[in-house]
Amino acid sequence: MESFFSRYKNALVLIMVLLAQLLALAIQVRRPAAEGADRPSVSLLRYAVVSVVTPPERLIVGTGHWFSSLWFGYFDLIHVRRQNASLKQQVQRLQLEEAGLAQDAAQGQRLQHLLDFKEHYIYKTLPAQVIGTSGAEESQVIYIDKGSDNGLQQDMPVITADGIVGKVKDVFPHTSQVLLVTDPTSGVGVVLEATRTSGILKGRPFGQLQVVDISPDSRIKSGDPIVTSGGDQIFPRGLPVGTVDRVVPDPEHDPLVDVLVHPAAHLAGLDEVLVVTNVGDSLSPQEAKDIAASEAESEAEQKRASDILSERLPSRYDPNAPADTNPQNTTGPNGLPISPPPPPRPIHPDQFSPNAEPNAANMTPGHRWASVKYGTEDTTPRAHPPAAQPGSSTTSPTATAPAAQTSSAPAAKTAQPKTSAPIAPKAKTITGGSSAPGKVGSNGPSAPSHAPVKPRPAAPASTSQTAPPQGGHR
Amino acid sequence: MALMASTRREADTQSFPLFVYVLTPLLALGLQSFVPLFFSHFSILDLPLLVVIYFASTLRTPIAATIGGALIGLAQDALTHQPLGVFGIAKACIGYVAASLGVRIDTESPATRLVLTFLFVVLNDGIDWVLIRHLLAHPMPWGWLHELVRAAINTFIAIILFALLDRLKNRE
Repeated sequence: MESFFSRYKNALVLIMVLLAQLLALAIQVRRPAAEGADRPSVSLLRYAVVSVVTPPERLIVGTGHWFSSLWFGYFDLIHVRRQNASLKQQVQRLQLEEAGLAQDAAQGQRLQHLLDFKEHYIYKTLPAQVIGTSGAEESQVIYIDKGSDNGLQQDMPVITADGIVGKVKDVFPHTSQVLLVTDPTSGVGVVLEATRTSGILKGRPFGQLQVVDISPDSRIKSGDPIVTSGGDQIFPRGLPVGTVDRVVPDPEHDPLVDVLVHPAAHLAGLDEVLVVTNVGDSLSPQEAKDIAASEAESEAEQKRASDILSERLPSRYDPNAPADTNPQNTTGPNGLPISPPPPPRPIHPDQFSPNAEPNAANMTPGHRWASVKYGTEDTTPRAHPPAAQPGSSTTSPTATAPAAQTSSAPAAKTAQPKTSAPIAPKAKTITGGSSAPGKVGSNGPSAPSHAPVKPRPAAPASTSQTAPPQGGHR
Repeated sequence: MALMASTRREADTQSFPLFVYVLTPLLALGLQSFVPLFFSHFSILDLPLLVVIYFASTLRTPIAATIGGALIGLAQDALTHQPLGVFGIAKACIGYVAASLGVRIDTESPATRLVLTFLFVVLNDGIDWVLIRHLLAHPMPWGWLHELVRAAINTFIAIILFALLDRLKNRE
């Protein structure tokens, strides 16, 4: 027995080592501590290795950045002033563009709020330095120099200004492991903007990206942008992912196709990344402040533009005219409301003149107000009508045309059904029943004071009015 | 046969200063993790594997090579997001085989190193592929061209690396 162990001790050690690792591997695969998390013992071992490997990397990266910042911050400052001016112009342009989109964004927010749709906006990000990788082709992960001491947690999205990068996989006190979107085990909900096709972004071997198992669509073209859909509950909606490279058939699911993606972020040469540490269902205070500032800037810009335009264009208003002493004011100097001036007294009053009708108490049943001709009241003016005494019961029944001139437009309209509309031969006709006071008043001076009134059995459908009040309208 | 150890010196075990046993694997792990930040194609190399092959074939003690290979592989696993054990199993096997062959053949010869390293790299990738594809059920294709190119590049680097490490041996 002793000779057996001594003879095969090498093989036995190998078998024991392999069995131990296979057992540990099986336990990790079959019973993960939580979704996406390692068991404590595994995390401890990872932490031990990371604690040994990453400090020199952090030191090297930090030293390199110190030298580069020293060089670029104090010595290599050529073109900085020109670049600064260019960037300022770019900021102003972006503020104007943002102001144009702010209204749409606000409306979208209101609608989403009505639909109880929970949008996720990026509230806060933490910049981090990339200090290492896994070093293996099979595992697309990177290490950053921020960890749980900086508030990082598992599954936080990691992005750059260009697009998404990955999500935080493991968190250590001073370091975190980030699973890149190019890893085959990662998955991100995305939308093809051109066709609004939803899909899952997955990594391919050797660091490629693809949207898997989507329906064939001839509208999908190379270069179409792809953004996050927010369906994975990790990445906020609308972040740039990349562009369509080409469409290839899916060998495992025949009718479906895979879309190969060119990533927006430069994943092969990451230097600094942003970890999204806080998201919310409304805009952050800083974003709201930025939008308000850009809106104000936009209004000021528009005002400046309108001022320039008004100076260049001729105006119908005399800028040298004295100021209006009572602009749109309905109260007088004494505080009482201003009433319109009374209508002028008619030169030849008739039955249409104000206060020309007798009081109801003075009227006799059966007695006609005007003479009857051909079965209707004859309102043909007489050659010499007697002067009417307003309010008198002896008012002449004869009528003269310009009655409507002496009343304000509403009054004339009220009197119209009673007597067929008096039509002045050259009076301006307003069709459609419009009786806007201003328009009616503008026709007044041209109306004849003694326009003949033709008898008409019935008033036309379109309201024809002669005009107008001499006063009472501004 | 030229590959077989013909002299006692060729079959003797070699030794290194203690710091070499510690620092070399750490340096290999560090470079493997750090250099791809600036040169992404560097990850086609497997420096920890080359270190395992070198020490296993030079020291010629299968037990130490097995355990050493397993530890280096586990450390490499810890830097990835995979379950621990994939690289550990593969490198334990490579260490055992390299040490076992080192007892019988001359591993000091560049030609021997060339052939053995090439075969060990392919074998290591094959074990990794079996474990990842069939045990972890992760999608991982096997491309012969890629694996042969990878093995060739690693072999080329191994020739240089082994020559450098030979200089760190203890002198008699």
